[in-house]
Amino acid sequence: MNIEAYEAIIGLEVHTHLLTLSKLFCGCSTRFGAGPNANVCPRCMGMPGVLPVLNRRVVELAIRTGLATHCTIAPYSIFDRKSYFYPDLPKGYQITQYETPICKGGYIDLPSDGDGQPRRIRLTRIHIEEDAGKNIHAAGASLIDFNRSGVPLIEIVSEPDLRSSADAGAYLRQLRAILRYVDASDGKMEEGSFRCDCNVSVRKRGATEFGTRTEIKNLNSFRFVENAIDHEVARQIEILEAGGRVPQETLLWDPARNETRLMRSKEYANDYRYFPEPDLPPLIVEDAMVEQIRATMPELPADRRARYVRELSLTDYEAGVLTSDRDVADYFEATLPGLKNRKAAANWVMTEVLRVVRESGKSINDAAPLAAEIGALLRMVEDQKISFNAAKTAFAAMVKSGKSADTTVAELGLAQVSDESAIAAACEKIIAAEPAKLAEYRAGRDKLFGFFVGQVMKAMGGKANPKVINDILKQKLAG
Amino acid sequence: MHSELNKLTIADAAAMLRKGEVTSLELTRACLDRIKAIEPRLNAFITVCENEAIEQAHAADQRLKSGDAPALCGIPLGIKDIYATKGVLTTCASRILGNFVPPFDATVIAKLRAEGAVFVGKTNMDEFAMGSSTENSAFGPTLNPHDLERVAGGSSGGSAAAVAAHECLGSLGTDTGGSIREPASFCGVVGIKPTYSRVSRYGVIAYASSLDQVGPFAKSVRDAAIILRTLAGKDPNDSTCSARAVPDYEQALTGDVKGLRIGVPKEYFVEGMQPEVEKSVRAAIKNFESLGATTVEVSLPHSSYAIAAYYLVATAEASANLARYDGIRYGLRVKAEDHIDLYNQTRAEGFGAEVKRRIMLGTFALSAGYYDAYYLKGQKVRTLIRRDFDRAFEKCDLIVTPVAPTTAFKLGEKMNDPLTMYLPDIFTISVNLAGLPGMSMPCGYDENNLPIGVQLIGPPFSEEAILRAGDALERMGTFAPRGIAV
Repeated sequence: MNIEAYEAIIGLEVHTHLLTLSKLFCGCSTRFGAGPNANVCPRCMGMPGVLPVLNRRVVELAIRTGLATHCTIAPYSIFDRKSYFYPDLPKGYQITQYETPICKGGYIDLPSDGDGQPRRIRLTRIHIEEDAGKNIHAAGASLIDFNRSGVPLIEIVSEPDLRSSADAGAYLRQLRAILRYVDASDGKMEEGSFRCDCNVSVRKRGATEFGTRTEIKNLNSFRFVENAIDHEVARQIEILEAGGRVPQETLLWDPARNETRLMRSKEYANDYRYFPEPDLPPLIVEDAMVEQIRATMPELPADRRARYVRELSLTDYEAGVLTSDRDVADYFEATLPGLKNRKAAANWVMTEVLRVVRESGKSINDAAPLAAEIGALLRMVEDQKISFNAAKTAFAAMVKSGKSADTTVAELGLAQVSDESAIAAACEKIIAAEPAKLAEYRAGRDKLFGFFVGQVMKAMGGKANPKVINDILKQKLAG
Repeated sequence: MHSELNKLTIADAAAMLRKGEVTSLELTRACLDRIKAIEPRLNAFITVCENEAIEQAHAADQRLKSGDAPALCGIPLGIKDIYATKGVLTTCASRILGNFVPPFDATVIAKLRAEGAVFVGKTNMDEFAMGSSTENSAFGPTLNPHDLERVAGGSSGGSAAAVAAHECLGSLGTDTGGSIREPASFCGVVGIKPTYSRVSRYGVIAYASSLDQVGPFAKSVRDAAIILRTLAGKDPNDSTCSARAVPDYEQALTGDVKGLRIGVPKEYFVEGMQPEVEKSVRAAIKNFESLGATTVEVSLPHSSYAIAAYYLVATAEASANLARYDGIRYGLRVKAEDHIDLYNQTRAEGFGAEVKRRIMLGTFALSAGYYDAYYLKGQKVRTLIRRDFDRAFEKCDLIVTPVAPTTAFKLGEKMNDPLTMYLPDIFTISVNLAGLPGMSMPCGYDENNLPIGVQLIGPPFSEEAILRAGDALERMGTFAPRGIAV
């Protein structure tokens, strides 16, 4: 099978919960983790006679997302009804936007993967809609939890500009970063607040027509998205290579068996019978509102990334890692005051700090010591008051104790000894104790220099300034 | 004590309550007694709320004693069973909601409660407000108090009949294509369909959201004005509800219609109309002239498309509005193998024939490939109809027309012919499509002593003008109520 002869065409539809306290059309709480059907009212249960009332905060957050992704904000948009039957869809229709989404166009630039060329992924639209409830199938019974019913979502639809699972992963990470930067969504995939449908097709390289696409529904982790796309691309190529045709289908991803399976074929596709929602007036967005929101927009990940490369001389990769999460970037910037070596701070945050964060499963602000203390620790390294290794030791202790850098270094006695007479005395003592090694060194075995450094460092309890040891030893060994 | 308290108008009862000449409990008991006596024959109510009503009457009497009681305090009213009433069975005349007790009140119910009104019961109607005769109720038809072999009209037939038969002093209906005005005409009472958005629809079980409007039935134009005053106004629970200030409609009843320009649409006096209907409506127009109004002929050229447009738009919306009745969360649930079967069985058993017909029609009108030809075309016709009225109202202040082409027809007469059944609303439907206010009031009787109604239509938010004109006409007393059969 000649995989190289094919090109994958991928478009993503992302559904993300907006960070509002109340639901899209009623006052019920959106808090995750409440008891089943604790956050419900007649309105989000679709009881006879209820009417939707739009939550204005949702509109603001959708506009924030639209501005952050360079979209045009529609001055006039309407809501539509999308009809289908499902037990967890209480009204028998979903209120969504169809022909007139609130945001149109726009794009997301992905960080370059080393060649310096950012990849621009175009967006088709962003629209507002309500979430459905959740079916729970347990012990022969089907139960429904309507807590999620009516929670505000935006759906972000990309053009088919992605070409690989890696592209898709990068796009999703960048999109999630943007949503979190503008406080539109927490992007918590494990809580279902960031979910993705993938439209995948393949075609022979050089072809201009799209192949038949399949849609993989409801993926809720980056890994599932990447695996599902890889699997689907391979499956479609296999079908085409065997001379077959890819049927247009909706698929589900089974992560346990690592394969897609059929949800419904086109013959059974729903006719959603969209029509304008008569219970809601058109949504009018005045320019003044857009401008007011624009004025409160934070620096976005792409801008911050560019600034780190430009002003801090970080690589594109480093800037990408540090800006992928707004909290991480804020943390990184808070370590910088007083530091000369920005690169060292970047490395430290990317490795030591993010490792601790990853292992804890908590947020950076909960898991890591205060950024200012990391800054203080790195300043001590910079000023040669402690060694790099001592800093690592201190950091580990600070993670556990929460104490300041100063206190920790003092308590653990990690301060470096730069006292030349003490170091000179130690050097003399070691040289005197190793006459054979000294002779070998002087006969030309330069490698033994390291041995002497090690012995001196050991004698000084590891706290001596290695640079001072080097200088003094070199002199003394030379005789 | 008044011998037949239940026959009082709201205005008279309210005055007597304040003077201490009668108590709300006495009024309420008189209505409940009347209900007990004639309901077996009339069937205007689905649920009679005897205990609740007596409790509300007691509370109202306390409030009346304190001297701080709003106009409707202590007044017994009937409520169409389409309004969500907290803790009280609300069926919409459908088997599918046969056991449904809402946990909340419709906004207008809450407003009436706050005024201290007394709810004697939930009135009968066509299932989900679909019909022009109240024969489509899962709980049997309501009969016309003037002739028990005839229909009360629909869909708010129960509310109209209950007022006409003095089972309550006033009532609430809803009007999607004439569902207040037609039964008001058939039963000889006053019924108003206000401007779309004038009254909150929250808690009113939706039939066609962009057409449905809430309104009162009453024995007099003044009474209708008193009820409407309470119903109207902004509601944060209904995004389509207007924030316009609510005038004091009762204050508008000055009796003065001098200089009022009355439009008579040539398209509304058609062949096939019952001759006495045309005669009575023309007589009403003459009466207006005698009061100093002038008349002018106007044209509503797209009238002939109104019924077709209505049945596309209304059924399309209905098909979505009724999707929630699936047996999952409330109401009827029929045992089934899986959830698809559960929907199918529940809806097959729960909905009546007319409701199913309209759901299918609406589903079809919205289907992929047919949307443009049907639903969208219906909406375009709607715009043309609205423009017809806009143009007409450049020449006149109010339009006067018949309410229905005939007086009340006999039960079963049109049941087997859905298309004929759609014709009674021919003069009322355009008003819903255009979102205008319209009122039906008695203007005479035919040779069988059946009431004839005249319709007054105005531009948006012209309820004051409509009520003022209607009140002036009523004051002439040329069609005083005649006896009823029950």
